[in-house]
Amino acid sequence: MTFLLGQSMTGGYGAADILHDCTIGVERGEIAVVVGPNGAGKSTAMKAIFGMLTLREGAVTMDGEDITALAPQERVRKGMGFVPQTGNVFPSMSVQENLEMGAFIREDDIADTMDQVFDLFPILREKRRQPAGELSGGQRQQVAVGRALMTRPSVLMLDEPTAGVSPIVMDELFDRIIEIARTGIAILMVEQNAKQALNIADKGYVLVQGRNRYTDTGKALLEDPEVRRAFLGG
Amino acid sequence: METLNALALLGNFLIVPGITYGCQLALGALGITLIYGILRFSNFAHGETMAFGTMAVILATWGLQSLGVSLGPLPTALLALPVGIMAAIGLLLLTDRYVYRFYRRQRSTPVIYLIASIGVMFIYNGLIRFIIGPNDQQFSDGSRFIIKAREFKQMTGLNEGLAIKTTQGITVVVTIILVIALFWFLNRTRAGKSMRAYSDNEDLALLSGIDPDRVVMIAWCLTAALATIAGTLYGLDKSFKPFTYLQILLPIFAAAIVGGLGSPVGAIAGGFVIAFSEIGVTFAWRKVAGYMGYETDSLMQLLSTDYKFAVSFAILVIVLLVKPTGLFAGKSF
Repeated sequence: MTFLLGQSMTGGYGAADILHDCTIGVERGEIAVVVGPNGAGKSTAMKAIFGMLTLREGAVTMDGEDITALAPQERVRKGMGFVPQTGNVFPSMSVQENLEMGAFIREDDIADTMDQVFDLFPILREKRRQPAGELSGGQRQQVAVGRALMTRPSVLMLDEPTAGVSPIVMDELFDRIIEIARTGIAILMVEQNAKQALNIADKGYVLVQGRNRYTDTGKALLEDPEVRRAFLGG
Repeated sequence: METLNALALLGNFLIVPGITYGCQLALGALGITLIYGILRFSNFAHGETMAFGTMAVILATWGLQSLGVSLGPLPTALLALPVGIMAAIGLLLLTDRYVYRFYRRQRSTPVIYLIASIGVMFIYNGLIRFIIGPNDQQFSDGSRFIIKAREFKQMTGLNEGLAIKTTQGITVVVTIILVIALFWFLNRTRAGKSMRAYSDNEDLALLSGIDPDRVVMIAWCLTAALATIAGTLYGLDKSFKPFTYLQILLPIFAAAIVGGLGSPVGAIAGGFVIAFSEIGVTFAWRKVAGYMGYETDSLMQLLSTDYKFAVSFAILVIVLLVKPTGLFAGKSF
């Protein structure tokens, strides 16, 4: 039983479907990466799993429970953390306030969780009084990931976390993501930088036009000559 | 001596009235900016909200006065403020429930809200005239002055008097208290932070589990309180006449936009920029110039006071042309 599973998802925003019988899943402590060309429906698949898109067919289950009908906010309460690709911080609020807002639904003491986030991203501890909007792209992504971690989710979903950051920052971010996965959190992410992302992935999904084209371990996909040629630039 | 006379003259006719008027505009602009930040539209009914709240305060004041209650040297209206605030909160929440909520559900564009708010403005307008009438109402009591011009002259031996009205002192003190309280609320409390988060990034706020209905409700309550207090202070200072609240809508908007819509600090700064520009441009500088050793026959007044609203308009246009996000980089139109 896969921990988080979007099974045979079919649906889209309007009359036309974007996803066609698309299946994506991730286990606790694992990293699953969704790659594919532009317009393949990667982000849409992510949104479908998070409940931002109504499915015509298929189901989303988490820990065996059917959550297909739940709104995104309710899924957050169930233990999903989502980092959108853009607009993923509160720009005029300080780093610390961003984290506090991430934990808005929690009634208990959040100091420990905030400490853990600061341990994971030491630069944020230093800049905790600065408005998130004034940080560099990479630091802002760290705030965004940190914000999502504040609810202590069991699944963390990242929509292109490395979009617009330098290669060095990207490696750094991937290292942090591996660290997060090691704590037992399931990580599902969509990535443009397919090669690097598959490198750290336990599981990889290649989507084309809203359908599963290849599904395998990250390593196997990287070694598959066909995948290499068509999607990874040789 | 001449310089001191010039300063006293400036203080009496420019600085004291400017600070007072600036405080009143700042409180009004804070209400505009809060609603813009949370509901993302320019609330044209804000002037009438001020008038409505003030009207409720006046009615309560009359009630208190007939019971023989008084605050001594301070105006009784201060005691009646909570009643006015509650009345304004009630009115705004009802309006939100029956007008704005409909448009929220429809996910209407800001311009639709703006037009709706003009309709709301006319309804409030009629309601106020229906209840209290269109005429001037005096409701200020207590002592008139903190410092009288003549006393100041005797005290200092200057030719020029500096008078500070009780209402002016109260306006400044109340504004300072209110602004500190508002900033404390926005920056230190969970509810206040959730409002800033919602204003910053609505989608992410929803994802974080912030309840939009609650945020909107708090925004209306704060706005009602600010509007009632601003309106009452303005009414105490200048006497209450429903029409004047429609007129100060323009300088209040100018203040909010000059400061940067959605930015509370900007609203306050904008209030003072507009207040001092209006008074400075319509002030007759001849006597001040005289004390400084420059005699002239001209009044040295840039604009007649009849044109004071043109000043806010001009500043508004310049800001929108040159820096549409305002001094403190709010959201642009």
